[in-house]
Amino acid sequence: MSADIQSLINRLPSLGDAVLVTLQLTLGGAVLAMIVALVLGFGSRTQSLWVRGPSRVIVEFFRGTSLVVQLFWVFYVLPVFGFKMEALAVGIVALGLNYGAYGSEVVRGSIASVPRGQWEASIALNMSWFHRVRRVIFPQAWALMIPMLTNLLIQLLKGSALAYYITLHDLNFWTVQLRRANSDTIFSYTVGLLVYFVIAYLLTWGMNWLEERAKRRLGRGTRPTLAEMFRTKPMVTSELPATTPSTAKGGLV
Amino acid sequence: MNDSGIWSWETAWDVLPDLLNGLQITVLATVVGMVIASILGLVIALAMRARSRWITMPLRFVSDFIRMTPLLVQLVFVNLLFVQVPSLAIGCIVLGIHYATYMSEVYRAGIESVPKGQWEAATALNMAPGRTWRAVILPQAIRNTLPGLGNYAISMFKETPFLFAISVVEMFSEAQSYGANTFSYIEPLTMVGLLFLIVSYPTSLLVRRMEIRLA
Repeated sequence: MSADIQSLINRLPSLGDAVLVTLQLTLGGAVLAMIVALVLGFGSRTQSLWVRGPSRVIVEFFRGTSLVVQLFWVFYVLPVFGFKMEALAVGIVALGLNYGAYGSEVVRGSIASVPRGQWEASIALNMSWFHRVRRVIFPQAWALMIPMLTNLLIQLLKGSALAYYITLHDLNFWTVQLRRANSDTIFSYTVGLLVYFVIAYLLTWGMNWLEERAKRRLGRGTRPTLAEMFRTKPMVTSELPATTPSTAKGGLV
Repeated sequence: MNDSGIWSWETAWDVLPDLLNGLQITVLATVVGMVIASILGLVIALAMRARSRWITMPLRFVSDFIRMTPLLVQLVFVNLLFVQVPSLAIGCIVLGIHYATYMSEVYRAGIESVPKGQWEAATALNMAPGRTWRAVILPQAIRNTLPGLGNYAISMFKETPFLFAISVVEMFSEAQSYGANTFSYIEPLTMVGLLFLIVSYPTSLLVRRMEIRLA
């Protein structure tokens, strides 16, 4: 056991770099995913078929083909067409596009479940489309979508473990190296998984804080109890209020 | 290799039988994994309703831990621990346990959505707790969980390529090893993606219809 601890202490300095790579992938992927989700989510709601059609096709394409396949496709096949990226960028692009497609369904569903009266009222107030969305619709949809985005963020963090197979030195790589150093599988992997767990927990915590803030800005804030603050939100896919295509027909007014 | 342009149909036809073989393993892993996940998930959901904190607290920690750490790392970990066990079996079991932690939340939501009056009626009819669960609560709860189960089956199907890390020869591994041998990754990887789409998209449409019908 003491040899295990010694090997862990020896490898502690490189843990920082490994966590940094994992965080770069996770947060970079999350930012890209959010942009993709907003574009495709709003795109799937427009009345124009020329925008809605391609948005739906892109979403179904990235949701339907597996993340692993997409990542390796970007890594191996895109260079043939002359798009050579470094491995970190490949990871961020693949994670961002895949989870962006999932996120666009969350965005679409949440926007669809903002009451119609809110759209009508903001039109009556003569707000521009951008102003309506930014000041009235999005803040309400945002509070609804955060719990589901939290799930996706954790999924994205877990997906980033794939980066090891495209030559990145992330937390997964660090775990493998630790095991090589002490040849104790149980110890090394328990430590590695614990680090992942702590990162996931901190991310969940941050998202819970964001949700609390979003609700407070809508005047629906409740001061959370200590137990609620430290709670991990359960993952239920059926939570999504409007996944059915029929609800999207409301369209932009 | 690719002297006649970028995409070669010859290579594509050459790799297709391998991919279809791999698809069988992929579907097998999904089905076995889903059976494990749906049974174990129900067990976890029921155990989480226990009164004693000494049962629920550790169980919650373990299931959060499994849910919030990468499946990929878990697969490699368990595979290294049990070297003698065939890696396909390990893949199915780890997939099953990982998804059981998701499924338990779906069951929990399903059980909670059974109206309170059903419990009261069962008590009024003097049913034993076991009979209440079997004859009244679970049939209604599981009906609510079917769309969730379908969604997770699809997402598990798309996560089976992770099994390449423990050298299970499913569809993606077939494509990768073909690519590594011939240096042509374009056709095999593209076709694997399309095969995933061909299977998962119609299934997701079915689940969506089921969602609407049961709602």
